Amino acid sequence: MKPASFDYVRVSSKREVLQLLHEHGEDARVLAGGQSLMATLNMRLTQPKLVIDINRVEELRSIRNERGHLAVGAAVRQVELTDRTELATEVPLLAQALPWIGHFQTRNRGTVCGSVAHADPSAEIPLCLVTLGGTVVLESLKGKRREVPAADFFQGLLTTARQPRELISEVRFPLAQDGTEYRFREIAMRHGDFALVALALCLSDHGARLGVGGVADRPVAQPLPLGDALPDTLNTLAWSLGAQDDIHASAAYRRQLVRELGRRLIEEPSHARTR
Amino acid sequence: MHAPADQRFPIELRLNGESRRGSAEPRMQLCDFLRHELGATGVHVGCEHGVCGACTVLVDGVASRSCLMLAVQADGRRIDTVESLARDDVMNDLQQAFRRHHALQCGFCTSGILMSCVEFLQRGPAPDEAQVRDMLSGHLCRCTGYTGIVRAVLEVAKQRREGESQQQALENHNDV
Ligand SMILES: Cc1cc2nc3c(=O)[nH]c(=O)nc-3n(C[C@@H](O)[C@H](O)[C@H](O)COP(=O)(O)OP(=O)(O)OC[C@H]3O[C@@H](n4cnc5c(N)ncnc54)[C@H](O)[C@@H]3O)c2cc1C
Ligand code: FES
Ligand code: FES
Repeated sequence: MKPASFDYVRVSSKREVLQLLHEHGEDARVLAGGQSLMATLNMRLTQPKLVIDINRVEELRSIRNERGHLAVGAAVRQVELTDRTELATEVPLLAQALPWIGHFQTRNRGTVCGSVAHADPSAEIPLCLVTLGGTVVLESLKGKRREVPAADFFQGLLTTARQPRELISEVRFPLAQDGTEYRFREIAMRHGDFALVALALCLSDHGARLGVGGVADRPVAQPLPLGDALPDTLNTLAWSLGAQDDIHASAAYRRQLVRELGRRLIEEPSHARTR
Repeated sequence: MHAPADQRFPIELRLNGESRRGSAEPRMQLCDFLRHELGATGVHVGCEHGVCGACTVLVDGVASRSCLMLAVQADGRRIDTVESLARDDVMNDLQQAFRRHHALQCGFCTSGILMSCVEFLQRGPAPDEAQVRDMLSGHLCRCTGYTGIVRAVLEVAKQRREGESQQQALENHNDV
Protein backbone atom coordinates (compact mmCIF):
# COMPACT_ATOMS: atom_id res chain seq x y z
CA MET A 1 0.00 0.00 0.00
CA LYS A 2 0.95 3.65 -0.22
CA PRO A 3 1.05 6.16 2.65
CA ALA A 4 -1.80 8.62 3.16
CA SER A 5 -0.88 12.26 2.59
CA PHE A 6 1.22 14.18 5.10
CA ASP A 7 3.24 17.35 5.25
CA TYR A 8 6.97 16.76 5.30
CA VAL A 9 9.64 18.91 6.92
CA ARG A 10 13.34 18.35 6.61
CA VAL A 11 14.87 20.05 9.63
CA SER A 12 18.47 21.04 10.15
CA SER A 13 18.59 21.74 13.88
CA LYS A 14 17.40 20.11 17.08
CA ARG A 15 15.59 23.29 18.04
CA GLU A 16 13.54 23.10 14.86
CA VAL A 17 12.42 19.54 15.73
CA LEU A 18 11.43 20.61 19.24
CA GLN A 19 9.56 23.62 17.88
CA LEU A 20 7.59 21.47 15.41
CA LEU A 21 6.86 18.78 18.01
CA HIS A 22 5.67 21.53 20.32
CA GLU A 23 3.30 22.94 17.69
CA HIS A 24 1.97 19.66 16.33
CA GLY A 25 2.24 17.18 19.23
CA GLU A 26 0.42 13.95 18.49
CA ASP A 27 -0.20 14.91 14.86
CA ALA A 28 3.52 14.74 14.13
CA ARG A 29 5.95 11.81 13.78
CA VAL A 30 9.72 11.95 13.85
CA LEU A 31 11.25 10.16 10.85
CA ALA A 32 14.61 8.67 11.86
CA GLY A 33 15.80 5.59 9.95
CA GLY A 34 12.29 4.87 8.72
CA GLN A 35 12.81 1.10 9.10
CA SER A 36 9.69 0.82 11.25
CA LEU A 37 7.86 4.10 10.62
CA MET A 38 7.81 3.81 6.82
CA ALA A 39 6.26 0.34 6.96
CA THR A 40 3.47 1.58 9.23
CA LEU A 41 2.93 4.60 6.96
CA ASN A 42 2.86 2.37 3.88
CA MET A 43 0.27 0.15 5.52
CA ARG A 44 -1.61 3.21 6.83
CA LEU A 45 -1.40 1.88 10.37
CA THR A 46 -0.38 5.40 11.25
CA GLN A 47 -1.51 8.55 9.44
CA PRO A 48 0.30 11.56 10.89
CA LYS A 49 -0.39 15.05 9.55
CA LEU A 50 3.29 15.92 9.69
CA VAL A 51 6.49 13.93 9.25
CA ILE A 52 9.65 15.54 10.67
CA ASP A 53 12.78 14.18 9.01
CA ILE A 54 15.78 14.40 11.38
CA ASN A 55 18.24 12.63 9.06
CA ARG A 56 20.19 15.79 8.24
CA VAL A 57 20.53 17.22 11.74
CA GLU A 58 24.29 17.23 12.34
CA GLU A 59 24.04 17.95 16.08
CA LEU A 60 22.05 14.71 16.58
CA ARG A 61 24.75 12.59 14.93
CA SER A 62 27.24 12.42 17.78
CA ILE A 63 28.53 9.35 19.61
CA ARG A 64 30.28 10.42 22.81
CA ASN A 65 32.22 8.39 25.34
CA GLU A 66 31.95 10.43 28.53
CA ARG A 67 31.61 10.08 32.31
CA GLY A 68 30.86 6.38 32.47
CA HIS A 69 28.55 6.09 29.51
CA LEU A 70 28.36 6.05 25.74
CA ALA A 71 25.86 8.69 24.58
CA VAL A 72 24.31 8.00 21.17
CA GLY A 73 22.44 10.82 19.39
CA ALA A 74 19.06 10.53 17.67
CA ALA A 75 20.38 10.47 14.11
CA VAL A 76 23.11 7.86 14.71
CA ARG A 77 22.51 4.77 12.60
CA GLN A 78 22.96 1.23 13.88
CA VAL A 79 25.71 0.60 11.31
CA GLU A 80 27.76 3.44 12.78
CA LEU A 81 27.97 1.51 16.06
CA THR A 82 28.70 -1.84 14.40
CA ASP A 83 31.54 -0.11 12.53
CA ARG A 84 32.93 1.40 15.73
CA THR A 85 35.86 -0.81 16.73
CA GLU A 86 35.98 0.54 20.30
CA LEU A 87 32.42 -0.60 20.91
CA ALA A 88 33.57 -4.12 21.83
CA THR A 89 35.40 -2.69 24.85
CA GLU A 90 33.06 0.24 25.54
CA VAL A 91 29.70 -1.58 25.53
CA PRO A 92 30.45 -5.23 24.74
CA LEU A 93 26.85 -6.35 25.24
CA LEU A 94 25.67 -3.97 22.53
CA ALA A 95 28.49 -5.04 20.22
CA GLN A 96 27.28 -8.64 20.51
CA ALA A 97 23.60 -7.76 20.11
CA LEU A 98 23.70 -5.40 17.12
CA PRO A 99 24.31 -8.04 14.42
CA TRP A 100 21.00 -9.65 15.44
CA ILE A 101 18.94 -6.60 14.45
CA GLY A 102 17.29 -7.28 11.11
CA HIS A 103 19.73 -7.29 8.20
CA PHE A 104 22.68 -5.11 7.22
CA GLN A 105 20.44 -3.34 4.70
CA THR A 106 18.11 -2.23 7.53
CA ARG A 107 20.97 -1.48 9.97
CA ASN A 108 22.40 0.83 7.31
CA ARG A 109 19.48 3.18 7.93
CA GLY A 110 17.83 2.22 11.22
CA THR A 111 18.88 4.38 14.17
CA VAL A 112 19.69 3.40 17.74
CA CYS A 113 17.25 5.91 19.25
CA GLY A 114 14.55 4.97 16.72
CA SER A 115 14.64 1.39 17.98
CA VAL A 116 14.27 2.68 21.54
CA ALA A 117 11.40 5.01 20.52
CA HIS A 118 9.62 2.21 18.67
CA ALA A 119 9.82 -0.11 21.74
CA ASP A 120 9.23 -3.47 20.12
CA PRO A 121 9.27 -6.03 22.97
CA SER A 122 11.69 -8.28 21.09
CA ALA A 123 14.06 -5.53 19.91
CA GLU A 124 17.71 -5.98 20.85
CA ILE A 125 18.73 -2.39 21.66
CA PRO A 126 16.00 -1.77 24.26
CA LEU A 127 16.92 -5.11 25.87
CA CYS A 128 20.58 -4.10 26.18
CA LEU A 129 19.61 -0.67 27.51
CA VAL A 130 17.38 -2.17 30.22
CA THR A 131 19.86 -4.90 31.17
CA LEU A 132 22.74 -2.44 31.53
CA GLY A 133 20.60 0.11 33.40
CA GLY A 134 20.97 2.85 30.77
CA THR A 135 18.99 6.07 30.38
CA VAL A 136 16.88 7.77 27.74
CA VAL A 137 17.28 11.53 27.38
CA LEU A 138 14.08 13.34 26.40
CA GLU A 139 13.87 16.98 25.39
CA SER A 140 10.96 19.29 24.65
CA LEU A 141 10.68 22.97 23.88
CA LYS A 142 8.89 24.11 27.00
CA GLY A 143 9.35 21.23 29.39
CA LYS A 144 12.48 20.23 31.21
CA ARG A 145 15.06 17.94 29.76
CA ARG A 146 14.33 14.53 31.35
CA GLU A 147 16.64 11.60 31.90
CA VAL A 148 14.50 8.50 32.29
CA PRO A 149 15.96 5.16 33.45
CA ALA A 150 15.40 2.53 30.73
CA ALA A 151 13.44 0.31 33.13
CA ASP A 152 10.83 3.08 33.52
CA PHE A 153 10.92 4.16 29.90
CA PHE A 154 9.52 0.97 28.36
CA GLN A 155 5.92 0.64 29.50
CA GLY A 156 4.40 -2.00 27.25
CA LEU A 157 3.97 -3.10 23.65
CA LEU A 158 5.19 -0.16 21.52
CA THR A 159 4.46 2.07 24.52
CA THR A 160 6.98 4.30 26.28
CA ALA A 161 7.23 7.17 28.76
CA ARG A 162 7.85 9.60 25.88
CA GLN A 163 5.29 12.42 25.65
CA PRO A 164 4.11 13.43 22.16
CA ARG A 165 6.02 16.73 22.32
CA GLU A 166 9.30 15.12 23.36
CA LEU A 167 12.26 14.11 21.24
CA ILE A 168 14.58 11.33 22.33
CA SER A 169 17.73 13.37 21.85
CA GLU A 170 20.08 10.58 22.92
CA VAL A 171 20.31 7.29 24.78
CA ARG A 172 23.10 6.44 27.21
CA PHE A 173 24.65 3.02 27.62
CA PRO A 174 26.77 2.49 30.77
CA LEU A 175 30.35 1.61 29.88
CA ALA A 176 31.70 -1.87 30.63
CA GLN A 177 32.78 -2.49 34.23
CA ASP A 178 36.08 -4.18 34.98
CA GLY A 179 35.55 -7.78 36.03
CA THR A 180 32.13 -8.05 34.44
CA GLU A 181 31.45 -10.33 31.50
CA TYR A 182 28.71 -9.60 28.99
CA ARG A 183 26.88 -12.24 26.98
CA PHE A 184 24.06 -12.13 24.47
CA ARG A 185 22.03 -14.95 22.93
CA GLU A 186 18.97 -15.02 20.73
CA ILE A 187 16.61 -17.57 19.21
CA ALA A 188 14.65 -16.49 16.13
CA MET A 189 12.93 -18.34 13.28
CA ARG A 190 15.73 -17.21 10.96
CA HIS A 191 18.69 -14.95 11.61
CA GLY A 192 17.42 -11.39 11.11
CA ASP A 193 13.87 -12.12 12.20
CA PHE A 194 12.52 -10.69 15.43
CA ALA A 195 13.55 -12.71 18.49
CA LEU A 196 11.37 -15.46 19.93
CA VAL A 197 13.51 -15.05 23.01
CA ALA A 198 16.58 -12.84 23.44
CA LEU A 199 18.77 -12.94 26.54
CA ALA A 200 21.34 -10.45 27.75
CA LEU A 201 23.63 -11.15 30.68
CA CYS A 202 26.02 -9.22 32.91
CA LEU A 203 28.09 -11.61 35.00
CA SER A 204 30.65 -10.86 37.73
CA ASP A 205 31.87 -12.24 41.05
CA HIS A 206 29.12 -10.23 42.73
CA GLY A 207 26.36 -11.96 40.80
CA ALA A 208 24.44 -12.01 37.59
CA ARG A 209 21.84 -9.77 35.98
CA LEU A 210 19.72 -11.28 33.23
CA GLY A 211 17.59 -9.39 30.71
CA VAL A 212 14.87 -11.11 28.70
CA GLY A 213 13.34 -9.80 25.47
CA GLY A 214 10.59 -11.19 23.26
CA VAL A 215 8.49 -12.73 26.01
CA ALA A 216 6.86 -9.99 28.09
CA ASP A 217 5.38 -6.85 26.52
CA ARG A 218 8.68 -5.07 27.22
CA PRO A 219 12.28 -6.02 28.00
CA VAL A 220 12.69 -7.13 31.62
CA ALA A 221 15.93 -7.47 33.62
CA GLN A 222 16.57 -8.77 37.11
CA PRO A 223 19.40 -9.99 39.34
CA LEU A 224 19.87 -13.75 39.56
CA PRO A 225 21.58 -15.78 42.28
CA LEU A 226 24.35 -18.07 41.11
CA GLY A 227 24.57 -21.63 42.40
CA ASP A 228 21.85 -23.99 43.61
CA ALA A 229 19.01 -21.47 43.63
CA LEU A 230 19.47 -20.63 39.95
CA PRO A 231 17.03 -23.11 38.33
CA ASP A 232 14.22 -22.11 40.70
CA THR A 233 14.78 -18.40 40.16
CA LEU A 234 14.90 -18.87 36.39
CA ASN A 235 11.65 -20.82 36.57
CA THR A 236 9.96 -18.08 38.59
CA LEU A 237 11.29 -15.48 36.15
CA ALA A 238 10.04 -17.49 33.16
CA TRP A 239 6.52 -17.68 34.60
CA SER A 240 6.49 -14.03 35.69
CA LEU A 241 6.85 -12.74 32.11
CA GLY A 242 3.32 -13.59 31.01
CA ALA A 243 4.37 -15.45 27.84
CA GLN A 244 1.68 -15.80 25.16
CA ASP A 245 1.15 -18.28 22.34
CA ASP A 246 1.57 -16.86 18.87
CA ILE A 247 1.99 -18.13 15.32
CA HIS A 248 5.71 -18.78 15.84
CA ALA A 249 5.91 -20.38 19.29
CA SER A 250 3.85 -21.46 22.26
CA ALA A 251 4.07 -19.76 25.66
CA ALA A 252 5.42 -23.02 27.10
CA TYR A 253 8.26 -23.08 24.56
CA ARG A 254 9.18 -19.48 25.35
CA ARG A 255 9.26 -20.27 29.10
CA GLN A 256 11.43 -23.28 28.39
CA LEU A 257 13.82 -21.13 26.37
CA VAL A 258 14.13 -18.67 29.26
CA ARG A 259 14.84 -21.49 31.74
CA GLU A 260 17.21 -23.53 29.61
CA LEU A 261 18.99 -20.83 27.60
CA GLY A 262 19.26 -18.70 30.72
CA ARG A 263 20.99 -21.54 32.56
CA ARG A 264 23.32 -22.26 29.64
CA LEU A 265 24.15 -18.61 29.11
CA ILE A 266 25.27 -18.37 32.72
CA GLU A 267 26.98 -21.74 33.04
CA GLU A 268 28.33 -22.47 29.58
CA PRO A 269 29.85 -19.40 27.96
CA SER A 270 30.76 -21.37 24.84
CA HIS A 271 27.06 -21.34 23.96
CA ALA A 272 27.08 -17.58 24.06
CA ARG A 273 28.61 -17.20 20.62
CA THR A 274 27.11 -14.22 18.85
CA ARG A 275 26.24 -16.30 15.82
CA MET B 1 12.60 22.39 3.69
CA HIS B 2 8.84 22.43 4.22
CA ALA B 3 6.73 20.36 1.84
CA PRO B 4 2.92 20.53 2.08
CA ALA B 5 1.17 17.23 1.44
CA ASP B 6 -0.57 18.13 -1.80
CA GLN B 7 2.35 19.71 -3.62
CA ARG B 8 5.07 18.15 -5.72
CA PHE B 9 8.60 19.00 -4.71
CA PRO B 10 11.61 19.25 -6.96
CA ILE B 11 14.20 16.53 -6.35
CA GLU B 12 17.69 16.55 -7.73
CA LEU B 13 19.89 13.50 -7.40
CA ARG B 14 22.64 11.52 -9.02
CA LEU B 15 21.15 8.35 -10.46
CA ASN B 16 23.66 5.79 -11.72
CA GLY B 17 26.24 8.50 -12.23
CA GLU B 18 23.98 10.96 -14.04
CA SER B 19 22.35 14.12 -12.68
CA ARG B 20 18.60 13.71 -12.77
CA ARG B 21 15.66 15.88 -11.76
CA GLY B 22 12.09 15.04 -10.95
CA SER B 23 9.36 15.92 -8.52
CA ALA B 24 7.27 14.08 -5.97
CA GLU B 25 4.64 14.58 -3.30
CA PRO B 26 5.95 13.98 0.24
CA ARG B 27 4.17 10.64 0.54
CA MET B 28 5.80 9.10 -2.53
CA GLN B 29 8.17 6.22 -1.77
CA LEU B 30 11.64 6.34 -3.29
CA CYS B 31 11.02 3.04 -5.16
CA ASP B 32 8.01 4.49 -6.98
CA PHE B 33 9.86 7.70 -7.79
CA LEU B 34 12.77 5.76 -9.29
CA ARG B 35 10.45 3.57 -11.36
CA HIS B 36 7.71 5.93 -12.46
CA GLU B 37 9.40 9.33 -12.53
CA LEU B 38 12.93 8.40 -13.55
CA GLY B 39 12.29 5.16 -15.46
CA ALA B 40 14.63 2.98 -13.41
CA THR B 41 12.29 0.01 -13.68
CA GLY B 42 14.98 -2.41 -12.54
CA VAL B 43 13.89 -1.41 -9.03
CA HIS B 44 11.26 -3.97 -8.09
CA VAL B 45 8.59 -3.48 -5.46
CA GLY B 46 7.35 -6.45 -3.49
CA CYS B 47 6.22 -6.19 0.10
CA GLU B 48 6.54 -2.45 0.77
CA HIS B 49 7.52 -3.09 4.35
CA GLY B 50 11.20 -3.81 4.19
CA VAL B 51 11.06 -7.59 4.35
CA CYS B 52 11.51 -8.92 0.81
CA GLY B 53 14.50 -6.84 -0.28
CA ALA B 54 13.39 -6.59 -3.93
CA CYS B 55 13.56 -2.78 -3.86
CA THR B 56 17.12 -2.59 -2.50
CA VAL B 57 19.25 0.18 -4.03
CA LEU B 58 22.46 1.93 -2.97
CA VAL B 59 21.97 5.27 -1.24
CA ASP B 60 25.32 7.08 -1.07
CA GLY B 61 26.91 3.66 -1.57
CA VAL B 62 25.05 1.71 1.11
CA ALA B 63 22.36 -0.88 0.45
CA SER B 64 18.97 0.41 1.55
CA ARG B 65 15.30 -0.46 1.07
CA SER B 66 13.84 2.09 -1.32
CA CYS B 67 10.30 1.28 -0.12
CA LEU B 68 11.31 2.51 3.35
CA MET B 69 12.52 5.88 2.12
CA LEU B 70 10.61 8.86 0.82
CA ALA B 71 11.50 10.24 -2.58
CA VAL B 72 12.05 13.68 -1.03
CA GLN B 73 14.69 12.16 1.24
CA ALA B 74 16.78 11.27 -1.82
CA ASP B 75 17.21 14.93 -2.75
CA GLY B 76 20.92 15.62 -3.14
CA ARG B 77 21.84 11.95 -2.69
CA ARG B 78 23.66 9.47 -4.90
CA ILE B 79 21.42 6.55 -5.84
CA ASP B 80 22.58 3.46 -7.71
CA THR B 81 20.17 0.87 -9.08
CA VAL B 82 20.72 -2.38 -10.95
CA GLU B 83 20.90 -0.33 -14.16
CA SER B 84 24.32 0.89 -12.99
CA LEU B 85 25.92 -2.54 -13.22
CA ALA B 86 26.11 -3.32 -16.97
CA ARG B 87 28.43 -1.19 -19.13
CA ASP B 88 27.80 -0.77 -22.87
CA ASP B 89 25.31 -3.64 -22.81
CA VAL B 90 27.85 -5.99 -21.24
CA MET B 91 26.75 -7.43 -17.91
CA ASN B 92 29.18 -7.07 -15.03
CA ASP B 93 30.91 -10.00 -13.36
CA LEU B 94 28.17 -10.48 -10.75
CA GLN B 95 25.43 -10.55 -13.34
CA GLN B 96 27.38 -12.99 -15.49
CA ALA B 97 28.03 -15.27 -12.54
CA PHE B 98 24.33 -15.20 -11.67
CA ARG B 99 23.60 -16.36 -15.20
CA ARG B 100 26.25 -19.10 -15.13
CA HIS B 101 25.02 -20.52 -11.83
CA HIS B 102 21.29 -20.33 -12.57
CA ALA B 103 21.00 -17.95 -9.66
CA LEU B 104 17.72 -16.60 -10.97
CA GLN B 105 14.55 -17.93 -12.46
CA CYS B 106 11.88 -15.23 -12.78
CA GLY B 107 14.43 -12.58 -11.80
CA PHE B 108 12.05 -10.52 -9.69
CA CYS B 109 14.22 -10.57 -6.58
CA THR B 110 17.49 -10.46 -8.50
CA SER B 111 18.04 -6.72 -8.91
CA GLY B 112 17.75 -6.14 -5.17
CA ILE B 113 20.06 -9.03 -4.37
CA LEU B 114 22.66 -7.75 -6.84
CA MET B 115 22.65 -4.33 -5.20
CA SER B 116 23.10 -5.84 -1.73
CA CYS B 117 26.00 -7.88 -3.14
CA VAL B 118 27.71 -4.73 -4.43
CA GLU B 119 28.08 -3.23 -0.96
CA PHE B 120 28.57 -6.61 0.73
CA LEU B 121 31.59 -7.47 -1.44
CA GLN B 122 33.06 -4.00 -1.05
CA ARG B 123 32.90 -4.29 2.74
CA GLY B 124 34.22 -7.83 2.92
CA PRO B 125 36.01 -9.06 -0.21
CA ALA B 126 36.59 -12.56 1.25
CA PRO B 127 33.26 -13.77 2.65
CA ASP B 128 32.64 -17.37 3.64
CA GLU B 129 29.48 -19.25 2.75
CA ALA B 130 27.83 -18.54 6.11
CA GLN B 131 28.36 -14.81 5.63
CA VAL B 132 26.90 -14.90 2.13
CA ARG B 133 23.86 -16.77 3.43
CA ASP B 134 23.50 -14.27 6.26
CA MET B 135 23.60 -11.40 3.75
CA LEU B 136 20.97 -13.17 1.63
CA SER B 137 18.66 -13.56 4.64
CA GLY B 138 17.69 -9.97 3.90
CA HIS B 139 16.12 -11.09 0.63
CA LEU B 140 13.22 -13.37 -0.21
CA CYS B 141 13.47 -15.36 -3.42
CA ARG B 142 10.47 -17.49 -4.25
CA CYS B 143 11.95 -19.29 -7.25
CA THR B 144 15.42 -20.57 -6.49
CA GLY B 145 16.86 -22.55 -3.64
CA TYR B 146 19.50 -19.82 -3.04
CA THR B 147 22.23 -22.39 -3.78
CA GLY B 148 23.04 -20.90 -7.17
CA ILE B 149 23.05 -17.40 -5.72
CA VAL B 150 25.48 -18.42 -2.97
CA ARG B 151 27.79 -20.08 -5.54
CA ALA B 152 27.71 -17.05 -7.81
CA VAL B 153 28.59 -14.60 -5.04
CA LEU B 154 31.42 -16.76 -3.69
CA GLU B 155 32.83 -17.21 -7.19
CA VAL B 156 32.82 -13.49 -7.95
CA ALA B 157 34.48 -12.74 -4.61
CA LYS B 158 37.24 -15.22 -5.46
CA GLN B 159 37.67 -13.95 -9.03
CA ARG B 160 37.92 -10.36 -7.87
CA ARG B 161 40.54 -11.26 -5.26
CA GLU B 162 42.57 -13.17 -7.82
CA GLY B 163 42.20 -10.35 -10.31
CA GLU B 164 43.46 -7.93 -7.73
CA SER B 165 46.48 -10.02 -6.78
CA GLN B 166 47.39 -10.42 -10.47
CA GLN B 167 47.08 -6.69 -10.88
CA GLN B 168 49.26 -6.23 -7.81
CA ALA B 169 51.87 -8.66 -9.18
CA LEU B 170 51.88 -6.82 -12.49
CA GLU B 171 52.39 -3.47 -10.79
CA ASN B 172 55.19 -4.85 -8.61
CA HIS B 173 56.82 -6.29 -11.74
CA ASN B 174 56.63 -2.94 -13.53
CA ASP B 175 58.13 -1.19 -10.52
CA VAL B 176 61.28 -3.30 -10.74
C1 LIG C 1 13.09 -6.45 7.57
C2 LIG C 1 13.25 -5.81 8.91
C3 LIG C 1 13.68 -6.57 9.99
C4 LIG C 1 13.83 -5.99 11.25
N1 LIG C 1 14.28 -6.77 12.27
C5 LIG C 1 14.51 -6.19 13.48
C6 LIG C 1 15.04 -6.97 14.57
O1 LIG C 1 15.31 -8.17 14.44
N2 LIG C 1 15.23 -6.33 15.75
C7 LIG C 1 14.94 -5.00 15.93
O2 LIG C 1 15.14 -4.48 17.01
N3 LIG C 1 14.45 -4.26 14.93
C8 LIG C 1 14.23 -4.81 13.71
N4 LIG C 1 13.72 -4.04 12.71
C9 LIG C 1 13.39 -2.60 12.97
C10 LIG C 1 14.65 -1.79 13.03
O3 LIG C 1 15.32 -1.89 11.82
C11 LIG C 1 14.55 -0.29 13.33
O4 LIG C 1 15.81 0.06 13.72
C12 LIG C 1 13.76 0.27 14.45
O5 LIG C 1 12.61 -0.40 14.77
C13 LIG C 1 13.35 1.72 14.19
O6 LIG C 1 14.43 2.57 14.03
P1 LIG C 1 14.39 3.69 12.93
O7 LIG C 1 15.54 4.58 13.17
O8 LIG C 1 14.27 3.08 11.60
O9 LIG C 1 13.09 4.51 13.35
P2 LIG C 1 11.84 5.01 12.50
O10 LIG C 1 11.25 3.89 11.74
O11 LIG C 1 12.20 6.23 11.77
O12 LIG C 1 10.86 5.43 13.70
C14 LIG C 1 10.22 4.46 14.51
C15 LIG C 1 9.28 5.15 15.51
O13 LIG C 1 10.04 5.87 16.48
C16 LIG C 1 9.78 7.27 16.41
N5 LIG C 1 11.08 7.93 16.60
C17 LIG C 1 12.24 7.62 15.94
N6 LIG C 1 13.26 8.35 16.44
C18 LIG C 1 12.75 9.14 17.42
C19 LIG C 1 13.32 10.10 18.32
N7 LIG C 1 14.63 10.39 18.31
N8 LIG C 1 12.50 10.72 19.21
C20 LIG C 1 11.18 10.43 19.23
N9 LIG C 1 10.59 9.52 18.42
C21 LIG C 1 11.36 8.88 17.52
C22 LIG C 1 9.15 7.50 15.07
O14 LIG C 1 8.32 8.62 15.06
C23 LIG C 1 8.38 6.20 14.87
O15 LIG C 1 7.18 6.24 15.57
C24 LIG C 1 13.55 -4.60 11.43
C25 LIG C 1 13.12 -3.82 10.36
C26 LIG C 1 12.97 -4.41 9.10
C27 LIG C 1 12.51 -3.56 7.95
S1 FES D 1 9.47 -3.86 -1.47
FE1 FES D 1 10.99 -2.95 -0.28
S2 FES D 1 11.68 -4.61 0.89
FE2 FES D 1 9.97 -5.47 -0.12
S1 FES E 1 14.22 -15.45 -9.08
FE1 FES E 1 12.09 -15.38 -8.88
S2 FES E 1 11.85 -14.50 -6.92
FE2 FES E 1 13.93 -14.83 -7.02
